[in-house]
Amino acid sequence: MTGLSIENLSMRFELPDGSAVQALKNVSLHLKEGELMSVLGPSGCGKTTLLNIVAGFLAPTEGKLVMNGHTISGPDAERGMVFQKGALFEWMSVRENVGFGPSMKGMPKSEKDEIVNHLLDVVGLQDFKEKAVYELSGGMQQRVALARCLANDPDVILMDEPLGALDALTREKMQSLVLKLWKETGKTIILITHSVEEALLLGERLVVMAPRPGRIHKEYRLPFAELGVGADLREVKKHPDFGPKREEILSMIWDMEEEIMGRTENAA
Amino acid sequence: MTGFFVLAIYVGIFVGAYLIVTKVIQRATLRDYTSLKTVTFGDESAVRPNRAAGIISIFTIFFIWGMFTGSSLLPRFLHAPAPFVGTAEFTYTAEANGQRDDATVTVVVYPRDEKVDAPEVDPGDGFAKNDSEAMAQWRSGLIRVDANDEISKSDGAEVVAINGQPITRGGTVKIDSGTVTLSDKGTPNYAPSRGWQMEPLYLPPPEEVWTRTIRVLDEGFRNFTLWEHLGYSLFRVVVGFLIGALVGIPLGYAMGLSNWFRGWFDPIVEFMRPVPPLALIPLVIIWFGIGEAGKIILLFLAALWIMAIAARSGVSGVAISKVHAAYSLGASKWQIMRYVIIPNSLPEIFTGARVAMGVCWGTVVAAELVAAEQGAGMMIMVASRFQNTDIVILGIILIGVIGFGIDMLMRWAERVLVPWKGRS
Repeated sequence: MTGLSIENLSMRFELPDGSAVQALKNVSLHLKEGELMSVLGPSGCGKTTLLNIVAGFLAPTEGKLVMNGHTISGPDAERGMVFQKGALFEWMSVRENVGFGPSMKGMPKSEKDEIVNHLLDVVGLQDFKEKAVYELSGGMQQRVALARCLANDPDVILMDEPLGALDALTREKMQSLVLKLWKETGKTIILITHSVEEALLLGERLVVMAPRPGRIHKEYRLPFAELGVGADLREVKKHPDFGPKREEILSMIWDMEEEIMGRTENAA
Repeated sequence: MTGFFVLAIYVGIFVGAYLIVTKVIQRATLRDYTSLKTVTFGDESAVRPNRAAGIISIFTIFFIWGMFTGSSLLPRFLHAPAPFVGTAEFTYTAEANGQRDDATVTVVVYPRDEKVDAPEVDPGDGFAKNDSEAMAQWRSGLIRVDANDEISKSDGAEVVAINGQPITRGGTVKIDSGTVTLSDKGTPNYAPSRGWQMEPLYLPPPEEVWTRTIRVLDEGFRNFTLWEHLGYSLFRVVVGFLIGALVGIPLGYAMGLSNWFRGWFDPIVEFMRPVPPLALIPLVIIWFGIGEAGKIILLFLAALWIMAIAARSGVSGVAISKVHAAYSLGASKWQIMRYVIIPNSLPEIFTGARVAMGVCWGTVVAAELVAAEQGAGMMIMVASRFQNTDIVILGIILIGVIGFGIDMLMRWAERVLVPWKGRS
């Protein structure tokens, strides 16, 4: 079976004070190859935990993950990850950062250079290739992170709030870039975000998670990602369904937040 | 007393230069962005070391140094009052058997290193005869005025006045060139005026330190040239530090990467870190003697813990997202070590190396003070025993310059080798 299957995933861990946290409970999902899924939820709903389990950084306490027929048991080059920030290697130039994956595999230099050059063209950083990453702006750094992930040609790309630290204008440009890269490469992408608008714009599928215990609350299939490929995202936002969907999801998340607040108030 | 004058002059130059440079010169000339800020008190970025202040500060030190040592680098009118040099004269009045007679005492006060003999003087008339004496600058001495008199003290003669001013035993009379005190036994004690300058024995003037530097460069000190002394100290520091780093860095990495290593070595490292290396000198001398081995082992111990802790915190400081990213890009454990953990820890290691080099330099000097055949510390220690204050000062200046040079070198290496420091 191709794609990524998440089966009955539960995550429970103990804190030093003896209490236990149920971070995830019975999460099941199946991603087909080439799907773009955005994950949305209030803080504490376990979305980052879910992503870390898929990446292989954490082992679930129950359930399993199957990818293209084999069980996931640790990090692997087949699942690339793009972090919010701070995951680039400052001691390497832009070119070396992008070529990191191929270098680790021992790819011949000419082949590696070709991949790196191509990706730097795609993300528009050809002129910056010998610069140190700390000399770039936040948006440029995230483009390096995207290119670095793509250079390794993973099957699945996991994005943990990749645009969360960017300003609004840069963020919009980067959203278009993500859509373009998704369409061009046909990668399966899981994208975690805090922004309802971003989740709607980028998610072909949108999963809303609920907290305590972390679980899947509701799932949507959306047309906006397809519409947004190569188009102006501001036009997509004018789509008649966009506004109502945004309001629906926003109030859903507000309800959850209020429920959490109420619970803490009761506890106090 | 002199100390208050030195302080007053220093504060005076500080305030005067401040007013002239900032209120007059800079107000008239500076037009950059910072000069337009209205809030400067509390704005750390508006505080830059004032270059003029730095130059004036160093100049002031040499100025005061020269002023109070009578340096030939300064025009004479800037000198603090000098100790008396030259020929002093005073008269004493002796009384014996109810009669009085005056006689003159001539004292030649000579600069310390130009000994002269007491001049011949005409004995004069009366029962009290004229006397002469020679005395070094800054010294004082009893003058046995009655020794050549016809009636000596043992015969009942008594000094009753100096320059006409009456004096009794224990009393003091001021004369132009100093003071004359009558001792309890009745002998005048002449103390030429000491002025406000420091005796070269305590603080030689700058040019004397300089000429001594040239001489030591030329002749060496205690069978070794100046370069050999400094070279030995540096050699000990470099070897001790290198061995310390060679052991400490892998140890720190192991502590940063393995629970077992961390648990095993934490108590040792945390205990040894606050022990000042100087406290180990006696034990190291007992175990390894005063030769090279002992010194290098001491410096090794001084550098070891600092480097181990620096490497440990360098490893602990690696952002987990970088390690995760590298794993997701297909890196093996060894590749993570080589391409992520080591480069990520280098800035911390450089900071540690700078601290360690500073500590080692201080420790080697201290160790050489205690016991050594050669080295910068040994040089100033031996020189101080022979009261060669100029060599002591020369040694201190050279030790400071080398310590500063080491730090600058480490900073430079840091800039070149780890430009990403503080940029994550």
